[in-house]
Amino acid sequence: MAIYIVKRFFMMIATILIIATLTFFLMHSIPGSPFDEERTSNPTIQANLEKFYKLDQPTHVQYIHYLKSIATFDFGPSIKKPNDSVNKLLARGFPISLELGMVTILVAVISGITLGTFAALRHNGIIDYAAMAFAVVGISVPNFVLATVLIQQLAVNWNLLPPATWSSPLHMILPTLALATGPTAIIARLTRSSMLEVLTQDYMKMARAKGLSPMRIVLRHALRNALMPVVTIMGTMLAGILTGTFVIEKIFAIPGMGKYFVESINNRDYPVIMGSTVFYSAFLVFMLFLVDIVYGFLDPRIKLHRKEGDA
Amino acid sequence: MESRKFAPIDENQGGTAVAQEPARLRKRNKTFTDVMLSVRDLHVSFKTFGGEVQALRGVSFDLYKGETLAIVGESGCGKSVTANTIMGLIPKPAGRIKNGNVLFKGKDLTKLDKSEMRKVQGVDISMIFQDPMTALNPTLKIGEQLTEGLRTHQKVSKTEARQKAIKLLEVVGIPNPEERMKQYPHQFSGGMRQRIVIAIALICEPELLIADEPTTALDVTIQAQILELFEEIQERTGVSIILITHDLGVVAKIADRIAVMYAGKVIEIGEKREVFYSPQHPYTKGLLASVPRLDLKEEELQPIEGTPPDLFAPPIGCPFTARCPFAMEVCDRIYPATTGLSATHAVDCWLQDERAKKVFGHN
Repeated sequence: MAIYIVKRFFMMIATILIIATLTFFLMHSIPGSPFDEERTSNPTIQANLEKFYKLDQPTHVQYIHYLKSIATFDFGPSIKKPNDSVNKLLARGFPISLELGMVTILVAVISGITLGTFAALRHNGIIDYAAMAFAVVGISVPNFVLATVLIQQLAVNWNLLPPATWSSPLHMILPTLALATGPTAIIARLTRSSMLEVLTQDYMKMARAKGLSPMRIVLRHALRNALMPVVTIMGTMLAGILTGTFVIEKIFAIPGMGKYFVESINNRDYPVIMGSTVFYSAFLVFMLFLVDIVYGFLDPRIKLHRKEGDA
Repeated sequence: MESRKFAPIDENQGGTAVAQEPARLRKRNKTFTDVMLSVRDLHVSFKTFGGEVQALRGVSFDLYKGETLAIVGESGCGKSVTANTIMGLIPKPAGRIKNGNVLFKGKDLTKLDKSEMRKVQGVDISMIFQDPMTALNPTLKIGEQLTEGLRTHQKVSKTEARQKAIKLLEVVGIPNPEERMKQYPHQFSGGMRQRIVIAIALICEPELLIADEPTTALDVTIQAQILELFEEIQERTGVSIILITHDLGVVAKIADRIAVMYAGKVIEIGEKREVFYSPQHPYTKGLLASVPRLDLKEEELQPIEGTPPDLFAPPIGCPFTARCPFAMEVCDRIYPATTGLSATHAVDCWLQDERAKKVFGHN
């Protein structure tokens, strides 16, 4: 296990390095500079500004400087918001985005698995059809469409919930609903199909032949085996939810990372782009790593390292 | 006539068998007189997209305490459906018991609801499945799979359950049971897994063990070991065994009585000796003739020509008529009554009728 984690750690570092490099060169290949809009007629000021942000130096020097900043995790000040460092922006925005993302994941996983399980247990019954109808709608409707519909109906027309911003648990309901519906539908469909397969397995018949309670048969014997595909897509789904938060944050005026991220790209705010990209990719890579670890716990046949056979 | 089929085994009959089978002398001397399980006129059907499959069409037999009854027949004859019906594992609502009873120690299992049936499953009656590679849950330690039944049905502590499981693993021949309890199924070989499946079936000390083709998926050498294990367990615990198989070699080794099934009916039933040495039904004869023999020079196997009837629309008369070399007109129209040949041996065949004997001469 330890060997596996160490190996994985170095692979994570390599992945992040590749992402950082790609981001850096892509960013520099976009035409324009952070000072385009300011129309400073004074070339001295322009030169001084560029010098301050080290933009006057050749690209490879900038690149090395950038790698250093990743290593020390200090991305310097934002160009557009000189009072804020990138780290400060991350510290302010990320917790909110994380909160939204995590609540979404939690809602999606719990409701998706529950829905899928009941659908499989009542295969071809009303619950099954209802759940799958919901799933098709959930997968087909983009979250930004759902978000506007939710705001219009629940917030504006019926006045049940606050339409925007992020200050109380009540404010969390609409954005979470908008963001979680798609993943819930995907998880429900996946759980249902793999559950249906597991239910026909011999070991399920054997569990019934033991006279175990239906609860135990489903939770202990079926679900654990049925969840493998769900765990598999969790990694990529996480990426989807994280990027999905950008759009949802914008619609609901949530002061999360998404706002800064989009703004920084429009403004060519290099330190913010690079800082947030590297931070996000590091977070994602780490989550994927967690998913792999969870695999090992769910299915003992999956070996995370070579020497399990003699355990 | 029906009642003679189920009459208790005559002591003298048992006595004569001793000379032929000295190896099983001890068991043969026992007489099986207590009926433990009585299956009566069982009809089970399955609804499918193609229509209703009549899988069982009036199955009746008795099982005595401490004996091994083998149910033999080709694929699709209803052997496994019989086992699953007794065990309460018929998938509902597709499968339905249309008629008949399963009396286990006087209690009709077909009338029990799901939660009452759970108190029988694994406690009074246990089942052993065909393929040990798939019968164990791959994600649970075998210790848990062993003890969960016990912990569900009896009030025992975790350590007590563990102790019992370890003892049982020793009985079924698993070395280092304590270590092995912590392992997962994929860490065992096929033969070992079947031993574990057997241990799981025995954990609540059931009175009846239903083994559905328990050796089919195993190597021949392992098969012999598993069959010996069955004999050993029966000697030790006096458990009754229903052995479902299409392998006559297995039957010859451990069965006391044999029921031959064809197209959802028991067409011949009798003591092993009776069915093996004087089979009366043409199907039984064909079945025995199709077994490869080392002592004969003929190289080709002798199959029974034709295929079993379609159970969506089973024939009214004897279902074997189309394949039977002795078929008469009456066979196609009316199902034959059961003829008792001895206290233990009974057959459903028109050839037993006095009038048929006139047609064919001495049968």
